[in-house]
Amino acid sequence: MTSGKPVIEVVNLKKYFPVRAGLIDLIMRRPRLYIKAVDGVTFSIYEKEIFCLAGESGCGKTTTGRAILRLVEPTAGKVLFKGENVLEYDNVRLKEFRKKAQIIFQDPYESLHPRMSVYDIVEEPLRIHKIGDKKERLELVTKILEDVELKPPEEFLYRRPHELSGGQRQRVAIARALILNPEFIVADEPVSMLDMSIRAEILNLMLKLRDEHKLTYLFITHDLAVAKYICDRIGIMYLGKIFELGSVEEVIDNPYHPYTKALISAIPTPDPRVKIGEIPIKGEVSSPINVPSGCSFHPRCIYSMKICKEVEPKLIEVSKGHYVACHLHR
Amino acid sequence: MLLEVKDLKMYYEILGKGEVHAVDNVSFSLDKGETLGIVGESGCGKSSLAITILRLLPINGKIYGGEMLLNGEDILNMDLERFRREIRWKRISIVFQGAMNALNPVIKVGDQIAEAIMIHEKISKKEAMKRVIELLEMVGIDVSRATSYPFEFSGGMRQRAMIAMALALNPEILIADEPTTALDVIVQAQILKLIKDIQRKLKLSVILISHDISMVSELSDRIAVMYAGQIVELGNIVDVYVNPLHPYTKALLSSVPSIKEKRRKLKSIPGAPPNLLNPPSGCRFHLRCPFKIDLCAEKEPGFIRASKGHFVKCHRFEELRGVDFR
Repeated sequence: MTSGKPVIEVVNLKKYFPVRAGLIDLIMRRPRLYIKAVDGVTFSIYEKEIFCLAGESGCGKTTTGRAILRLVEPTAGKVLFKGENVLEYDNVRLKEFRKKAQIIFQDPYESLHPRMSVYDIVEEPLRIHKIGDKKERLELVTKILEDVELKPPEEFLYRRPHELSGGQRQRVAIARALILNPEFIVADEPVSMLDMSIRAEILNLMLKLRDEHKLTYLFITHDLAVAKYICDRIGIMYLGKIFELGSVEEVIDNPYHPYTKALISAIPTPDPRVKIGEIPIKGEVSSPINVPSGCSFHPRCIYSMKICKEVEPKLIEVSKGHYVACHLHR
Repeated sequence: MLLEVKDLKMYYEILGKGEVHAVDNVSFSLDKGETLGIVGESGCGKSSLAITILRLLPINGKIYGGEMLLNGEDILNMDLERFRREIRWKRISIVFQGAMNALNPVIKVGDQIAEAIMIHEKISKKEAMKRVIELLEMVGIDVSRATSYPFEFSGGMRQRAMIAMALALNPEILIADEPTTALDVIVQAQILKLIKDIQRKLKLSVILISHDISMVSELSDRIAVMYAGQIVELGNIVDVYVNPLHPYTKALLSSVPSIKEKRRKLKSIPGAPPNLLNPPSGCRFHLRCPFKIDLCAEKEPGFIRASKGHFVKCHRFEELRGVDFR
């Protein structure tokens, strides 16, 4: 799967959000604080690959996805789209880039305008980019609705979101993302708001569309079982950093990082004979404002050593294509 | 038998449109110390079932029949005021979905739990606080945090506080309705463990409601699969997992990814759940069922005993044993 050319290369990407200072902070001249949502993330996504960023809430996976599309402006780093730095694009080229890179949001109950019809929602990107006349646009919309299996499309064109089920809404959101024929899609938790039985449907649709439309995905999820099903490679994030990266089978079946191990051990399985054992982790996630020194996971790590408090571990290749940032594995 | 529910019917009246058959002929029982899981898609009536058991119905929710016995005593037709005083919260309590956002933001957590106790029991604030401290210890919250406000708690701690509140009056039955939605995986696992520990310690009976079959499998002894307002399969959790009989159960199981298994193609269930204002004739699943025959559209199947403790609502379960969904 990694044989193709990279579509997206993310190099040392950072996004810091300033914390609003109170009056007392100003008077005391306390230094400005930042939430380091994304703190030096590097990875590449290859043609037709589904790359997953996984982690708990607040780990920076969504911010990474948005920063790649410049929906939030990154603080530092590079994002290369087919070799060109997206962060240096001017407005004209950014608009061109937006045709090629799209996003599907988590909650189809909130990401669709309640007073617009399915046709209006899916057609809007065409209008913005001034593509085709009215008749051509209707054809394109009809075609894409068929592709996302809203059949027959005529029956859905003039419905409003409240007349659709959750699964159908997410199909509309996918159709909207695909209407401009993009090459790269950020899918931000696209199934986490959906029922179990509908999840399979949407995941299978996304796999089908990857082949039909030659798509490359960044798939953001907190659910490793979903990641294992749909992704080719995965990066595990914690407090703005990637801790482990590799093929999804490698990382999930043979994890190296203590955090990845803890995360995997906490996932229930549908088999009632398999139970969750002890979860090898202490405490709760540290504040992203006061990130612990050294390895940011060390206060929660059951293997924590002296060096972990002092030196930040680098991502090191432990086996082919499998990278881990941990002092235990060097 | 601690709780026995027989042919329970609860419909929502929609003005000018008729009734939504949210809970329709539901029967099950719950033993002391047992965990019963209830799974199903959204809108299948599982949360409606929970509020029916607690008789917390909205104004248009009406009970149309059935029986509900707690230790043999009829609690469905009991005077509502008496039910409120003697049963709800005291003997059957609930942790609602998204309950962690239900704490009052301007009252200290310990005081909120104490208040719940003092409303029901005539004891002093001091005694109530003593009980609060025991409860917080039991759910794994440091006692010094009793004087914290909810916003100073993490999501997991707020959920623990809600569980403490549900246990405040020593109930016999705890209903947990999606107790871990919106929590991270590790926190979810910790909350599940907590429920399991408390249940063993207090010999509590638990009704665990969720759309997530993996989560239900983790805790339950028995499982009830709900579809369109009805229980379509009920049995020991391992029996149902290893040998699912109803096509809907088979479909549900084949649509869930597992982290422990090799990658296999997930199968989705075609179509959408029916509108309960006007439920389909015969078997309610027949419109989506790949195994339907003419009989399925004509006659509603009974709740048939397939083996000891394993019940199924399907005309064809016998011939379909071992047959995979699709």
